Amino acid sequence: MTGVLFNVALAVLVLGLAVWTIIAREAFAAVVGFIAYGLLLTLVWVQLQGIDVALTEAAIGGGLTGVLLIGAAARLRGIEAAPGAERPRNSLYWMAGAVSAAVTAVLVICVLALPDPAPTLAHEVALNIVDTGVANPITAVLLAFRPMDTLLEAIVLVFALIGVWSLAPDDSWGGRPGPVQQSDPNGILAYAARILPPLGIVIGIYIFWTGADYPGGKFQGATILAAMWLLLMMAGLSEAPPISRGWLRVGLVAGPLVFIAIGFIGVLTAGDFFGYPQGLAKPLIVAIELALMPSLTLVLGLLMVGAPQRVAKL
Amino acid sequence: MSHVLDLLTVVAVAAGGFFFFAGTVGLLRFPDVLTRLHALTKADNLGLGLVVLGLLLQVDSVLAGLKLACVWLLVLVSAGSVSQLIACRARRSAQGR
Repeated sequence: MTGVLFNVALAVLVLGLAVWTIIAREAFAAVVGFIAYGLLLTLVWVQLQGIDVALTEAAIGGGLTGVLLIGAAARLRGIEAAPGAERPRNSLYWMAGAVSAAVTAVLVICVLALPDPAPTLAHEVALNIVDTGVANPITAVLLAFRPMDTLLEAIVLVFALIGVWSLAPDDSWGGRPGPVQQSDPNGILAYAARILPPLGIVIGIYIFWTGADYPGGKFQGATILAAMWLLLMMAGLSEAPPISRGWLRVGLVAGPLVFIAIGFIGVLTAGDFFGYPQGLAKPLIVAIELALMPSLTLVLGLLMVGAPQRVAKL
Repeated sequence: MSHVLDLLTVVAVAAGGFFFFAGTVGLLRFPDVLTRLHALTKADNLGLGLVVLGLLLQVDSVLAGLKLACVWLLVLVSAGSVSQLIACRARRSAQGR
């Protein structure tokens, strides 16, 4: 009974917050609503027993996307507040609402039209997971049964970073990304940036390592590490590296390259792209995750910092 | 013995819930940034602290208890730093006016 009550309250809150986020007049308020929405959605995933998805939603959906949107809202603030600023017409709001409602309706029809029980490969995963050596089915699917999807995701992130960098003005290409941080070296931000990273690094690596057998993994772990790095940069304790640095570029592509290389090794040893030889599946999966983790940390951190804005020193 | 522990848990979690409620009311009703922050940090520190204390009586392993304590400490550090940052910013923008 209390479970039902909790679920209903959660659903009402999520829907209410979604509506509030859409109708909020100020971009910043809408972003705050969106972040809270992401956190509530995390609870929804926990209720659905999707702990892996919940972790990702909290780290990427609420946290990382939230930071990106806060940055965007801060940039738009001047434009929004300017006298005579253009506001979208009401008809535009209604049109966007109608399109969203139509998409929702199609989704609802699709979900309701699914046969019961829904087609699933869960049994196959459960039968074959022993061969992979990992105990967390999510990790097994991501890295043993459908590694191609994971590989492309990792590559897309590198492309996204290149896209962000390409917004740099010509004279700052190759320079340090992001604004110069001016923060009090004895202030509270510097204090937090000294206390939190040691804990955050341990937690990030723990979440990465435990991903083999329990909910967790490289993505969630890398997000935490990237957050710690961002904290150091925001507090002025560490500077973003110039994007022309060789080690940085090597680090960015090393993870995906190792991933692809292990895929090709599969062609030689197991006769299939991403085929793992018998008994070696788990070490190879761990190797991929280990290689991807630093690359993902760099990509996610630098995505937050943004395009190079400072003139490169020659 | 376990009944006593259960009772203590209920009391502590209920007290924590009260602080969260009071903090939320304060956030909605108090007149300016600093007083609202005050209300909010009470919910974070005492509310969560009491909830964690109540749950600590129910854990079955030392590790789980340590994790709960870590959660509370991490929230303390982050909530404390963030509220300081907001307060600094509020004071600066008030002086600038």
